[in-house]
Amino acid sequence: MTELVFFTNQVIISGLVLGCIYALGAIGITLIFGILRFAHFAHSELMTGGAFVAFLLASAFAAWGIVTPIPTGFVVLPIAMVLAAILALGIDKGFYAPLRKRGAKPVTLLIASIGVTLMIQGLIRLFFGAGSYSFFENEPKEVFRFDLASIGSTRPLVITEPQILMILVTFVSVLALHFFLTRSRLGKAMRAMADNADLAQVSGINTALVVRVTWIIAGALGCMAGTMLALDVTLKPDLAFNIILPIFAAAIVGGLGQAYGAIAGGLLIGFAETLAVFNWTMVLRPLNAILPDWMQLPPTLALVPTEYKLTVAFVILVVTLLVRPTGIFKGASS
Amino acid sequence: MIQRSLTLFGGLFVLILLVGWVMGLPFTSSRLVEAAAYALIALGLNIQWGYGGLFNFGIMGFLMVGGAAVTFISFPVNPAFWAGEGPAMLGKALLAFAVGALIVLAARKSDRIGISGKWKTALTVIAWFVGYCLYRSQIDPAAAYIESAAGGGWVGGLGGHPVLGWIFGGILAAGIAYIVGKICLGLRTDYLAIATIGISEIIRALIKNMDWLTRGTLTVSPIPWPTPLPQAFQADGMDGYSALLSARAGYLLLAIIVLALVMWLISRAYAGPWGRMMRAIRDNHIAATSMGKNVTARQLEIFVFGSVLMGIGGAMLVSFVQIFDPSSYQPINHTFLIWVMVIVGGAGNNWGALFGAILLWLIWVISEPLSKAVFDFVSSWSTQFGWGAIPEIEARSAQMRVFVLGLVITIALRFAPRGLIPEVVKREG
Repeated sequence: MTELVFFTNQVIISGLVLGCIYALGAIGITLIFGILRFAHFAHSELMTGGAFVAFLLASAFAAWGIVTPIPTGFVVLPIAMVLAAILALGIDKGFYAPLRKRGAKPVTLLIASIGVTLMIQGLIRLFFGAGSYSFFENEPKEVFRFDLASIGSTRPLVITEPQILMILVTFVSVLALHFFLTRSRLGKAMRAMADNADLAQVSGINTALVVRVTWIIAGALGCMAGTMLALDVTLKPDLAFNIILPIFAAAIVGGLGQAYGAIAGGLLIGFAETLAVFNWTMVLRPLNAILPDWMQLPPTLALVPTEYKLTVAFVILVVTLLVRPTGIFKGASS
Repeated sequence: MIQRSLTLFGGLFVLILLVGWVMGLPFTSSRLVEAAAYALIALGLNIQWGYGGLFNFGIMGFLMVGGAAVTFISFPVNPAFWAGEGPAMLGKALLAFAVGALIVLAARKSDRIGISGKWKTALTVIAWFVGYCLYRSQIDPAAAYIESAAGGGWVGGLGGHPVLGWIFGGILAAGIAYIVGKICLGLRTDYLAIATIGISEIIRALIKNMDWLTRGTLTVSPIPWPTPLPQAFQADGMDGYSALLSARAGYLLLAIIVLALVMWLISRAYAGPWGRMMRAIRDNHIAATSMGKNVTARQLEIFVFGSVLMGIGGAMLVSFVQIFDPSSYQPINHTFLIWVMVIVGGAGNNWGALFGAILLWLIWVISEPLSKAVFDFVSSWSTQFGWGAIPEIEARSAQMRVFVLGLVITIALRFAPRGLIPEVVKREG
């Protein structure tokens, strides 16, 4: 049983956490691609920026002496999400809307989004330096250890409080997004516009409103993903810049423009990364007792060395683009 | 048009003189050498994007390949490696790689013997897995042995002339571009951008972690120069300052000769039938196909040509700074910066790309001291008012160049979307 618990700790929990973060980021990218038809690189900066907003709010709470039962990062999350949504709307108004009005090609918008990435990253580094910050400087990061001796495991099941909350919050927001997209008028309008923008416009859908709502959702979910990542590891200026490609991989694997695909893709990439670097000897060790001497397992038996963890996402991305460019769920390929 | 270009280049010349006057000659001379290398890289991107409309966001990968190539060719030979069992073990790993590749190829051709559909897919996946395991089983012990003291630490170099290394960098970049192009060029623009970024990250991860081949994060230095080093001039009895300047002048001359040669060649190609065909493919590839042009093959060709220049440019940069440090490569400094150079300068126009490269490199390097000066000024002002000084000015001004780069590209897209020296569209007939 020890091996099974080890597997749960190393693969299921960390894969799920990583997958949730990727999925939340990929939803924003895929929605923007579906509605506005361009790959939005600055999404990483929406995530990092949102995380820094949440960090500032959490610091302010700590300074005012407000003590919360759950980590402050989660308490301030709704406020930070609203602010990030406003930021996303502002970026669209300031940078992308003028280009769209001129009838610029998606490629131009993509390059503009890289410009926005650089500017926001520069500003974040200007104000916060290049160091890293932690949400848990003023409060302890609670770690739950479930003793599983009763089922014959010598190792405890380890999960931190932010990880539990993270999985819950992701689940709730994905459910909310699902109901929004399928039940509300606006959500249906969004899906219609993603399918065929011209047809949506002639059937009387307010496309400007749909674009605004897309940015609000993307900004809010991006902020949520960034804050959660910062709660799980540490907050630094290149927090999301480093994982924007796995997130793109998740969005593409799921099919660009498909919100559900993004969730599936995010979880897939998250689990693939953790599984690829997982040391199988730890689980298969009991086999050593029955295997003959010349077939004993080596001390490390991982598919790829740990330093290539992020590379796994790129390999999946490239293979997907080759074999099935539209992704698992048929995505937009206009 | 010509008047505008001349004015802009004149302005650039004045800017260079200004930088030389304020920052001193040693600083400016080394920035100019780097600018020449970046101009070569920007011309490579201009071929791919400006001529061919290909969206290459993996420039960093090609620069790293060029750098690794010149390190391998020009670094002195490591006798400890050649004396040990390393070469034999590497040979076995190479053999395992070849066998693995054969297995994969055989599985790909398995429809010849009647295996097709899902079975073929399954067989191909298994073949990949078997080939991968076979290669890993040979390369892992070889890498571990070479990295140990007995194996010599790393492979070392070949002790060749650096210019040979530049050429090898170009060839290696061409080989990789061929594979990447074969894989990715069928994709539409945004997908191509993301795929090439992904591949450049894979290349970075490989070069950074293959310690036996590239020494990885341990870095390799000093890499020899193709032209005499300052020390050689000093041995001839020159004082340190003029020795430094003479050596840099020599390197700059070589870089400018390479740049001029490349510029002449690609301008001829652009003006010729080949360039016209490329523009036709870029502007409307369906029409070009219907005129009997093999679009995929031509795009692959242009992707390889552009990447050769990137490989050579990357090799020149590494030779110049004399150190190959895989962890110093960042997408912002080595991919996005070059895109901004080409777009601000004018995609599709070689003079525009050249202008953009030199201008942006100067902006990139002077924005740090400039923002430091601004911060110092604001800081002294705020101290006078009693608000206190700005903390950590040094670290903050170092980060400003990323912001400045973003600002430049945003402004350029808004107000000069075709660049400062745009492409001249000739109407013939």
